[in-house]
Amino acid sequence: MAFENLTSRFQMALRRVSGKAKLNISDIDEMMREVRLSLLEADVNYKVVKEFTEEVKQQAYGEKILKGLNPGQQVVKIVNDELTKLMGEKTVELNIKAEGMTVMLMVGLQGAGKTTSAGKLANYVRKTNNKKPLLVAADIYRPAAIEQLQTVGQQLDIAVFEMGKTKPEKIVKEALAYAKKEGFDLIIIDTAGRLHVDQAMMEEIKNIEEIAKPDEVLLTVDAMTGQDAVNVAKSFHEALTLTGCILTKLDGDTRGGAALSIRKITDVPIKFSGTGEKLTDIEVFHPERMASRILGMGDVMSLVEKATAEIDEDEAMNMMEKMMSGKFNYDDLLKQMKMIKRMGKFSGLLKMLPGMSSMANMDKVDDKQLNFIEAIIGSMTKDERKKPELIERSSSRRNRISRGSGRSTTEVNRLITTLEKQKKMMKRFQGINPETMQNAQNQSPTAMPGMMPGLGGTNPFQAKESRAMRRNKKKK
Amino acid sequence: MGLFQNLFQSKEKKLKAEKFKIGMMKTRKGPLSSLKDVLTNSKKIDDDLFLKLEEIFIMADIGVDTVVEFIENLREAVKREKIEKPIQLENKIVDKMFELYLKDEIINTNIRYNHDGLTVILFVGVNGTGKTTSIGKLAYKIKAEGKSVMLAAGDTFRAGAINQLKVFGERVDVPVVAKEAGSDPSSVIFDAIRKAKEEHTDVLLIDTAGRLQNKVNLMNELNKINRIIKREINAEVYETYLVIDATTGQNGLSQAKIFSEVTDITGIILTKLDGTAKGGIVLAIRNKLGIPISFVGMGEKITDLEYFDIEDYIYGLFADFFE
Repeated sequence: MAFENLTSRFQMALRRVSGKAKLNISDIDEMMREVRLSLLEADVNYKVVKEFTEEVKQQAYGEKILKGLNPGQQVVKIVNDELTKLMGEKTVELNIKAEGMTVMLMVGLQGAGKTTSAGKLANYVRKTNNKKPLLVAADIYRPAAIEQLQTVGQQLDIAVFEMGKTKPEKIVKEALAYAKKEGFDLIIIDTAGRLHVDQAMMEEIKNIEEIAKPDEVLLTVDAMTGQDAVNVAKSFHEALTLTGCILTKLDGDTRGGAALSIRKITDVPIKFSGTGEKLTDIEVFHPERMASRILGMGDVMSLVEKATAEIDEDEAMNMMEKMMSGKFNYDDLLKQMKMIKRMGKFSGLLKMLPGMSSMANMDKVDDKQLNFIEAIIGSMTKDERKKPELIERSSSRRNRISRGSGRSTTEVNRLITTLEKQKKMMKRFQGINPETMQNAQNQSPTAMPGMMPGLGGTNPFQAKESRAMRRNKKKK
Repeated sequence: MGLFQNLFQSKEKKLKAEKFKIGMMKTRKGPLSSLKDVLTNSKKIDDDLFLKLEEIFIMADIGVDTVVEFIENLREAVKREKIEKPIQLENKIVDKMFELYLKDEIINTNIRYNHDGLTVILFVGVNGTGKTTSIGKLAYKIKAEGKSVMLAAGDTFRAGAINQLKVFGERVDVPVVAKEAGSDPSSVIFDAIRKAKEEHTDVLLIDTAGRLQNKVNLMNELNKINRIIKREINAEVYETYLVIDATTGQNGLSQAKIFSEVTDITGIILTKLDGTAKGGIVLAIRNKLGIPISFVGMGEKITDLEYFDIEDYIYGLFADFFE
């Protein structure tokens, strides 16, 4: 995809800069060109990008940078810092009254995810603030919109107020009276999707705002929105007083530059993000994380700071020694997994280094799998972690670990096999000089040259795959 | 006179294009209407002008890569043809935009009906783009052409989706095959195809749940749906429309790319073009992946779905050229 190209182009530019002792103006210009394209690819509004890159340039031209010891680091840091500043540095909380009724109004374009977000939010605030929520169905236009809200309400066991196709203004008025009478103290009003240029519909939402006097007016915005996000947010903010945004569908592969544009142009904070299909998939929005996602450089920052730092090399060397000595235990395995995971994130950049292209496959160790392993190892006693043979010998220990970690005994057994295999592999490498070893690893597609000997094929999550692969080979 | 302006000499053509213009009326007040201003107010063709043009196209969501390529082509043309006055770029831009979309091909985006039996049309896309609504509109259109239509409620996931489709079924007066919420979409589709065949229905429109293209499980589910349809209608070819929201930015490209890895996307339905968004990403999709646009949705009414016409679309984008 185009965006990957841009990311790697930026990283190339970064590398050129990183290698230098000093930054000159053309270096900064070059990097800013890449930053600009990258932000545009992320759907950040053109005008916002223009201002942003100008500001950063001004900063980077400053003496501080040119005199700096590690200029590349500083430029990335400035870009990232400025972006974070723009996004808003802190999470902005919802306005929820401690006593009495809190009213929230959900607004937005069609298909942004208002109804789903209304349900998610009701459930979330019910839990965090111990409120009694009521969902109000004020979308009388889209077919089955009321039913959709009712279903969501049922799934969450939250009451839904509806009056069929009555005028929305009336529904809201009645809903508030009903809530007062029945003791609901969190009212979330779901409204119809509307185009910001539809005058009649914008008039309607203004009336609803007047009646409901909401504590929160939340604009629901699809994270995939392009350049138009600014027009939408501006128009809604002019008609109503927006107090926040909910950024939906952030679990997609979009970089969500719309978030930055909205923040910059309207100054309305993004308060929540929708991160999945389940009704519990809502998160408090963290602007600083969003900054690096939009920049698309993910871990460039941490890479600059950590990956090249000696600490990793030390860690890797220790690990290697451990492995070579045959005393490899579960503590080491866990450490190794974490190292791979960390490296996996950097695969994009490492790909560009000579001999590192094989790293591309490394990001297969995802959080979930690592969590499972962590759970299993976490359920072992300290002794068991240090002496793997304890578990190998005792099925009751294995059963206990399985129960404790919530993973199946098969998974526990697979982990045991993994450790065993790894140890065996180590023995084979003993006595081979480092140079030959490196060659041997390069044969294996998942090996990490010079860092983690013999890892290829011994990853428990790849064990399954390789069995299947062997089967296929046999067939042939 | 450019190729493009000639196209709008016929009155009939112009009348049809007016519809697009109205649909995109508010749209024109956006960045692209400043195109003429930029060209009129620039004294010479220089880097500054190209940068302004780049801004205009990017603001229309045409996509960074495609815009960069487009500007590059334009620069070359200026050099080759020794164009000097900015206003002369007017025709050039429209013509180039045309070339970008047509790519020397004759694009026929009419529905390819299976004249010997059932025609199946599958609707796919991410959440909230307007799949169900587009089905309602297309059902209306096909029925108006004198064909019998059936709908299949393959979105068994989203709350209220089945009922939403049923409401459209009633409105257009066509049968809807549905099972209860949460059932396997493939089995609904299987039943619907059987039923459509039994009843000698001409066209079956299949709704599916919205799915983000990076959700592997959901894309596998779509793959299964695709297999079932192919098996049941004994045909390699049927229409699969990817529904894209006009407000979508660069992610539209990723949607088109990944969805077409799983199904054979034969066309795009561009929805919500009645807002201020231009849906320019479809030009990037056509440019990068070759997928044409089949229909555009431009309003809330059941009649608000039009066959896509690149001439009309570009006319909508550049309407102030013709006033």
